[in-house]
Amino acid sequence: MHSTAELIIPALILIPLVASILSMLFTTRSVQLVISFLAALGLCVVVQQLYLGLNVDSSTLKYEVGGWAAPLGIGFLIDGLSMLMIILSTFLISVLSFYAAFYFNNKPVAQRFWPLWWLLVTGLNALFISSDIFNIYVTLEIIGLASVALVALNDSKEGLIAALRYLLVGLLGSLLYLAGVALLYHSYGTLSLLSLAEQVEVNLLNLMVLILISLGLALKTAIVPLHFWLPYAHGSAPAPVSAILSALVVKASFYLLVRFWMEILSPVVSNSALMLMGGLGAGAVLWGCVKALRAERLKIMIAYSTVAQIGYLFLLFPLLTSADPEIDSSELRQHTLTAISYFIVAHACAKAAMFIAAGNIIKTLGHDNIAQLQGMAKYMPVSLFTFAIAGASLIGLPPSAGFIAKWLLLNAAVDTAQWWWVIVVITGGLLAALAIFRVLDLAFIKPESSTLAFDKNKSIYKLSPFMPYAGLFLALCTVALGFNAEVIINLVSLGGRE
Amino acid sequence: MEGSLYTAIGIAMFGIGLFGVVALAQAMKKILAVNICGVGIFMIFIANSTAVNGSVDYVPHAIVLTGIVVAVAGTALALSLVCRIYDKTKQQVGK
Repeated sequence: MHSTAELIIPALILIPLVASILSMLFTTRSVQLVISFLAALGLCVVVQQLYLGLNVDSSTLKYEVGGWAAPLGIGFLIDGLSMLMIILSTFLISVLSFYAAFYFNNKPVAQRFWPLWWLLVTGLNALFISSDIFNIYVTLEIIGLASVALVALNDSKEGLIAALRYLLVGLLGSLLYLAGVALLYHSYGTLSLLSLAEQVEVNLLNLMVLILISLGLALKTAIVPLHFWLPYAHGSAPAPVSAILSALVVKASFYLLVRFWMEILSPVVSNSALMLMGGLGAGAVLWGCVKALRAERLKIMIAYSTVAQIGYLFLLFPLLTSADPEIDSSELRQHTLTAISYFIVAHACAKAAMFIAAGNIIKTLGHDNIAQLQGMAKYMPVSLFTFAIAGASLIGLPPSAGFIAKWLLLNAAVDTAQWWWVIVVITGGLLAALAIFRVLDLAFIKPESSTLAFDKNKSIYKLSPFMPYAGLFLALCTVALGFNAEVIINLVSLGGRE
Repeated sequence: MEGSLYTAIGIAMFGIGLFGVVALAQAMKKILAVNICGVGIFMIFIANSTAVNGSVDYVPHAIVLTGIVVAVAGTALALSLVCRIYDKTKQQVGK
């Protein structure tokens, strides 16, 4: 029944799961690295095959676990959006695994890092392809537990407290989501995304479901004012972990929000609800940028920039509606989806690059106080160049992917006659520019004062030459995506669910 | 009739747990509150597990069993973090 491409869908989950178990059993550094290399390579091959399969069939790829059909069994489903997320996650995981191999070097932490890392990948991949709302709850918890344990690798008091807070927020978020699932199952007797999307109608109970699920996922996505846990969790984790948390983990719950708001519960979503999401997004953009501007530590600054970037994602919700009845709603939906995908990809690459740069700075200096970065560009040119390019994409300067994302957002705002969002986007861009240039100004331009001069011999840890280039590679990818805008647009339109 | 009583209790436990997580300061109490919240949701599932024709629907049972496993894992991780922080600081979290 299944096509060849469909048959290898489970490999997306099995490969990282096996890698996780094996690297838990064999904790020698070289063995763990070989396992990770093979797992990343395997995932790349599988993803490439799935991509080809999706292109050939030009419909969604489906797989039923154990051959059990929808009401009882668990289904996997890959459409354009899931494919995009899987490609993005596999790409980032491969680059970050390479970086992590050098970052953790010979430390005992590495032994605990790899099993958790691959467990996180298992959860992420499973989430992106699940078409069963309860299975999604389980994957949310796998992601949550693995991320918390990864944050707790920073075995200091601050790191552990951040991890505990992250865990409690994550558990609460998943429980709110589960409550929504309970109500949906009670009403419709099914857990399948597809059959729910056909059946859901407008009533009070479904409005309750929308509120519960959105609240739970918003908590996990860290939209202002539910963002309080993010800067500490992302700021205190080891660099590769911060990168994956900001680039992918918050996007996983956002991806579910998109699925629920634009597909499953779309009849229940009213215009005022969309406006509310936009309002939260605007608040997040401004608040995140202001806090980033005032941050004293580099990683906290980058984490607050994530808060702002999540705001842009939420800003796209109100653009699903238009006061002008002439505009086709399915066209609007496609435009919004494209813009969302662009923001997700642009931010993921830029943010991962930035956290890598910050990680290199911490490795070299032993701290990340922004005030003490004076003249560092002289000693760490590649890392600060990476920071600058990634920053340009986050600000939205051409020719980066961030520019295209913002351009799509502004276009949609003008098309749907919602000009007020334009003000938020421009203000956010300016504030982000101030925050980035504050760091660059110190690092590149300010002369070194004699007391802060960086002593090369005192460097805590000599960087492997590959480490800065892993970040630079990701930063250059954001530029490359700026030049090849169609790649993502074509991908998202593949295998539409309708 | 009995089903709706259990549903009501489930919703109440969910509410109490939710309030606890948000309002209580101490980490241990928050962990307990999360568990109460979870058990509330499991009760809602179980109380509604009778299918239309009066037979028992097994899917909610499977869901709750999985949910319990997940809840145990989450609680275990939370408790080990609390212990770890206590070892480091000799202070309870959230005082």
